[in-house]
This record gives sequence, structure tokens and C-alpha cells, in this order.
Amino acid sequence: MAAQDVHAHTAHAHAAPQGFVRKYVFSLDHKVIGLQYFFLALTAVFVGMILSLLMRIHLVWPGAAIPLIGEIKPETYLSLLTMHGTIMVFFVLTTAPQGGFGNYFLPIQIGAPDMAFPVLNMLSFWTTFVAFVVLICAFFVTGGAPLHGWTGYAPLSALTNTGPGEQLGADLWITSIAIFCVASLMGALNFITTTLDLRAKGMTMMRMPLTVWSWFITAILGLLAFGVLLSAGILLLLDRNLGTSFYIPLVVVNGQVMGHKGGSPLLWQHLFWFFGHPEVYIAILPGMGVASQLLSTFSRKPIFGYRAMVYAIMAIGFLGFMVWGHHMFMSGMSPYSAFAFSLMTMAIGVPSAIKTFNWLGTIHRGRVRFQTPMLFAIGFVSLFVSGGLSGPFLAQPTLDIPLHDTAFVVGHFHLIMGVAAIFGMFAATYYWFPKMFGRMMNERWGRIHFFITLVGAYSIFMPMHYLGMAGQPRRYSQFTELAYLHRLIPLNTFMTYAAIVTIAAQFIFVINLFWSMKKGPKASDNPWEATTLEWTTSTPPPHDNFGGMTPVVHHGPYEYSVPGAARDFIMQNDPATVTTSH
Amino acid sequence: MATFIPAVEIRAPQGGHGGSDSHPPLRGGGDGERGRNGGPDFGQRLRRARLGLAVATAPIVMLFVSFASAYIFRQGLPTLDDKSQAYVREWMPVNLPVTLLLVNTILLAVSSLTAELARRQITRQVALLPVRSIPGVSLGRETKFPWLGSTVVLGIGFLIGQAFAWRELAARGFYLATSASSSFVYLLMATHAVHLAGGVAVLLYAAAASLLGKSLESRRIVVDVTAWYWHFMLVLWAGIFALLEFAS
Repeated sequence: MAAQDVHAHTAHAHAAPQGFVRKYVFSLDHKVIGLQYFFLALTAVFVGMILSLLMRIHLVWPGAAIPLIGEIKPETYLSLLTMHGTIMVFFVLTTAPQGGFGNYFLPIQIGAPDMAFPVLNMLSFWTTFVAFVVLICAFFVTGGAPLHGWTGYAPLSALTNTGPGEQLGADLWITSIAIFCVASLMGALNFITTTLDLRAKGMTMMRMPLTVWSWFITAILGLLAFGVLLSAGILLLLDRNLGTSFYIPLVVVNGQVMGHKGGSPLLWQHLFWFFGHPEVYIAILPGMGVASQLLSTFSRKPIFGYRAMVYAIMAIGFLGFMVWGHHMFMSGMSPYSAFAFSLMTMAIGVPSAIKTFNWLGTIHRGRVRFQTPMLFAIGFVSLFVSGGLSGPFLAQPTLDIPLHDTAFVVGHFHLIMGVAAIFGMFAATYYWFPKMFGRMMNERWGRIHFFITLVGAYSIFMPMHYLGMAGQPRRYSQFTELAYLHRLIPLNTFMTYAAIVTIAAQFIFVINLFWSMKKGPKASDNPWEATTLEWTTSTPPPHDNFGGMTPVVHHGPYEYSVPGAARDFIMQNDPATVTTSH
Repeated sequence: MATFIPAVEIRAPQGGHGGSDSHPPLRGGGDGERGRNGGPDFGQRLRRARLGLAVATAPIVMLFVSFASAYIFRQGLPTLDDKSQAYVREWMPVNLPVTLLLVNTILLAVSSLTAELARRQITRQVALLPVRSIPGVSLGRETKFPWLGSTVVLGIGFLIGQAFAWRELAARGFYLATSASSSFVYLLMATHAVHLAGGVAVLLYAAAASLLGKSLESRRIVVDVTAWYWHFMLVLWAGIFALLEFAS
């Protein structure tokens, strides 16, 4: 072990728990809470994935009788669509990268014994859990799950008689989202305070790993965005249950004039997308942090342009709040507003490109180790670029209007927000698994999982761009009877087969995950020869993270291939003298 | 594991990376919960709690900014009239019970003052703790006015006053769903009341904390943070009142 600088300490924020309940259920330990988030998200992603499979099957074989479910009706398709989007966006893309990995590793990476507010941390997880249960309950109430999509556009979502799922199911959906907002706000509060106040001695902001930076900025986005979504949800609940008209104009449903007047559906869209666009970055920024960390570690090179990467994360976060209107080009907004939103949206391409070029610069001429975490990190960059390139298309109102309601948009956001973010999670799982569970995952099955998933994801979502340009609408439960789309059926069928194979491949991952927990080879404390603080402590880390010690930080997080050093990496808490020559 | 030998002088690589200075700054952030003698560091916990509160105000502000934005947005929106089938301006200003609301505002302002006095009182008590623990040293009997209890009573008084204001609104014909303007009045007042009720609950906890065996230092943290929160509630209410009265 390197000579490492640590200070002894005697107290911890809370004592090590003893009983099963306090240790594993209502735990205050950020590592246990991180794992709870991780497994909640794992459960959610499988639910969401099965829903997507049902949708794909229905799209190409609309009359097929599915075991246990039967034939999927159009309204059921819309419910599947709504629940798939909601589960994936909130309980997977928001929950795992931030709540899971962020909770587990942010305190350790900054040298802290725990989160700033452990009780709040526990409450945050269990509130998220309740939100998930409430959402799932929507499947089982009279009328079933709501139809209004994960974006919940009013007035469809604001009235109770617009469809079978718009009764109690929709109330549960809104309640779940509201509870989730409160949980996320508690989490964000903890992340920000912890980062600002619990960094170890020597851990200046500009020595923080880029993962910490991404979790920190993500928390700020969550802090500002979820309050707005909460406000939107409260207004929606009032409209639905107490007769107000915030979102509902004078409207006739099934020949019946509703008792509402003067509300604005656009108000919902403004409030929702003010949250909704930053949510994209809440999902993807942690993946960017993980990719940066892994590309540097597995290329054995310092990250290219650390400061530029930090400022790019900030710029993406800042601009993310300025562009919500690009989701509303179809709403009839003023062309001047559309122009402003379009310009700001395209401006996000600048920090995104900085990040991409810096990632490429990092691996350029590096001694790259193509292990599974690295493969997924490279996959992340690939998907981020592929999905991101269609962003500037949709950022232009003249192109967005014909493409907006087509499969083009579905392909775009699934690549950049869905699959890229999930690749970030896979990379994080393979990378940190040894630290979390003390064993290594199977490398061979990891590679097989990677290649099937990469090819599968591209096979599902790249053709959607073509389908969209050919005019295939999104949100339609059936298109096979439309003559002008007949020629697209074979491609759709191929995508469904690709989805089946890709989903099947995820069982490889799950089996590898659980098998390796018990049977994987024992991991050393630093199997990847990385530099950040989590690799300086034992595996798995003790209750207080550093076994009664507090690390003192002397270096930046990416000191690889330092000339003159005995090895090609220097741990952050190594007291070695480094003389700067630039 | 790294085996780099610290005695070797090395050059930093040319590539950009965070912080190559080998000398650790005096402090990067916090230092856990540890005081100099290894016990809990209440000063640090207080600082952290204040920071947490400052961070927590952001989403509360965003919540109210959302409502206020919606209020202004909705105010300027024409409505389709079902009889004439034309777009008309139908914003109906709410006849607020201004006098009652002014009395409530004074109650809240006074409670903010008592909260501040409670905060200072407990701060002084904590500061004098080490002196009191010296054998043979007496500071005499300090008058302990119940500022904390007064704040709770005034806070509950404000909430009751708001309930009276709603009754008055109802008596004037303004219910939640009567018009867009009345919906916003109830919404903003109720959301503020819920937040203030949370503050009352925390103060009640602080008052009961001594019975629960909490140390004076711990109670001081709760009272301190809640007092700042209380001031924030006052400012927030002033903003809401001004919005409802002057932007109606």
C-alpha cells in the first residue's frame, strides 16, 4: 500500500447499527442506502423493460394474445406507454445514478464518513420507495393505469372522465410523482450540503473527481427543478379533485360540457418542461461523470482538460434551464420565443462537444485496458454522440414540427437519455461492484453482455429515426392497418426481435451480478489501479468508510502515468511531492 | 495497491487534471463530526444545519415562484366565453380581508422577533455552559422569558388568523373554485401555512427536546435553524401578501 496520509478520528456521525432492521432496512449508512436505491432501480428497470417489450410486441402483432395478459387493447397500450416512461425516467434514470451510486460513492470520494444528514438520507430512500409502490398500485385500481403519457399533458390528465385510466389511476400517478419530488428534494439537499461541507482536508473543489462534480451539479438541478414539478402536480390534483381550473379551459368531453373554464393547458406544459428538460441532464450528467472517471482510469492518462470538463458540466446544467420551450414548438408559441429557445438549445452543443472531444483526447494514445467497465464507458460516449447528433435537428422549429410526433423523437431521446444513461449505470456497476461487494464480476459474461446490448440498442433505436422521417407516428397503438406505413412493418418487426434479444441479454447481467456476489473471485482493495479515495479503503468499506481514519488529500483525481513515479498512478491521498513543471 | 515512494521527486504530466499541488490546503471542507477532544463538534453541526437550511430554501422559493408565475400567466390569459364564443378578460379580483391579513402579518412579524430572541437566548445559554460548569462559579439567576413558547403561540395564532381569513373570503363569496384568482389566493395562503406549520412542529419538538434528554447544544441547533426558517417564512408571506394585494 502506498504511503497514505490519514488522520485518526474517534467519532462517527452515528454508531454502527446492530440489529437487522437498523442495519439493512432503516439504515442510516449511506452505503446501505445507496444499495437500496440500486436494487429499487434494478427492480424498476425490469418492470419498465417488460412494459416496453409488451408495447413492441403489440406494435407489430397487434392481435397477439399474450400469456396472462391476453390481447392488448389500445387504451392498455397507452397505459403501458405512460407507466414505462414514468418508471424509467423517475425510478431508474433518476434513482440509480444519483440515489444509488451517488449515495454510495460521493461521501467516500470526498473523504467523508457519511452524508451530512443521514436520517434525511434514509427518509429520502423510503419516500422514493413509497412513491414507487403508489405508482405500481395504479395498475391494480379500477380503470387501471393512466393514459396520458409520462408528460401528463392537460387537459387529458386534468379531467377524470377522459379514459379508463384517468380516474383513480391518474390520481395515484400524480401522487406518486409528488412524493417522488419530495424524496428527490431531500436527496438533493443532502448531496449539496455533503459536497460543500464534508470534504476531507485537501479535497478542494478542483480536486474532486468528475463523478462528484456531476452528482453535485445534478443535485443542484434537482433542487431547482423538482420544486417546480411539485407545484405543477399540486395544481393538477386541485383541478382533478377540487374543481379548480388552472389547466382546464372550457372543454366538452363525450358531448358533456365540463364545469371548468379559463384554464391553460400550456401552463402545465411550461411548468412540466421547466422540470422536464433539466431532468434529461439529471439522468445523463452522472453518466458523464462515470465515463470521465473510467476513460481516464482505463486509459492510464489524466482526464483531458479537467477544468474544461467541470465548466462544461456547469454550462450544461445552466443552459438546461433555458431551453424547456423546445419541447413546445408545436404549441403555437411565438416564432421569436421559438427562435430564442432554438438558439439556447443549440448552444448546449458547445459544452457537450467539449466533453466529447475531451473524452476522445483522454483515450487518445492512452494505454487502454479494454475491460468491461471501460467498454461500457466507450459505449456511453458512442450513444451520447449518436443520440446527441439528432438533438440539433429537433432544436430547430422548422424541423421539429414535422418530426415532433413521430418515432424520430422516440429514437433520439431513447439513445441519449435512456440507453446512454443506462450504459453509464452499467459502467458504474461493473466498475464499483468490487468495492461494493468485495468480489469481481465475471469479465467474459460482462463483455458478452456489453456487445449484445450495444448492438441491440442501436438496432432498436437507430431505425426509429428512419421510421420517423418516413412518417410513422409515435404514441399510436396500431399502425399496421395504415397503408402508407405497410412498407415499414418489416423494419418494425426487426426492431421487436432486437428488443427481445436485448432484453434477454439483460438476464446475463443480472445472473452475473448475483452470481458474482457469492461466487466471484475476491477483489483486492484497488483492482483497477485507480486513484480516487474509495480505492484507498478496505473492500467493502467499513461503516465509517475509512476505519477510524480521515484521508488527507494531496493530489487531483487523475494522476496517471506521472513521469518518474514508481507506478503509473498516484492515489489522491498519497503524500508524494509532485513538482509542477507547467 | 499503489507503492509509489514518497521520497522521489517527480514532475506532473502535461495533461490537464485537477489540482497538482502537493501541499494540502488547510481545509477542503468539513471534518466529520469531530471536535478537538473527539466529542461531537456542535459548532460544525450548527454550520452544517444552517447550510442545509440555506439549500432547502431554494426549492421552497422555486415552489412559490412557480405558483406566482402561474398566477401572473393566468391573469393575462383571455378566456373563451361559452355564451358569446369570444375570448374575454374575466379575471375577477378577490376582495381580500386586508385588515385581518394585516393583523396576521403583524402576528407573524412579532413571532419572527420572538424567534430571534429565543435563538439569542439559547445561544447565550450555550456560551455560558462552560462557565457554569466551573465549581463554585455562579452567574446569578437569569430571567428566562419563554421566547420559544411565545413564538409557538404566535405562530399558531397566525395560522388561526389565516383560517379566519379563509372564512371571511368564503363569506364574501370566494371559494377555492369560484374563480382563477380565488384559487390562487387559497393555494398560496395554504401552501405558506403548511410550511409555517412545519416550523411550528419543529419548535414544539425543540421545546420538548429537553424532556427527551437532548443536550442544550442540540436544542440550540434546532432553535437556531428554525428561527432563520421563521424569518424566511415572514419574508415569504410578505411577498405573497404583496402579490395578492397589489398584483390582483
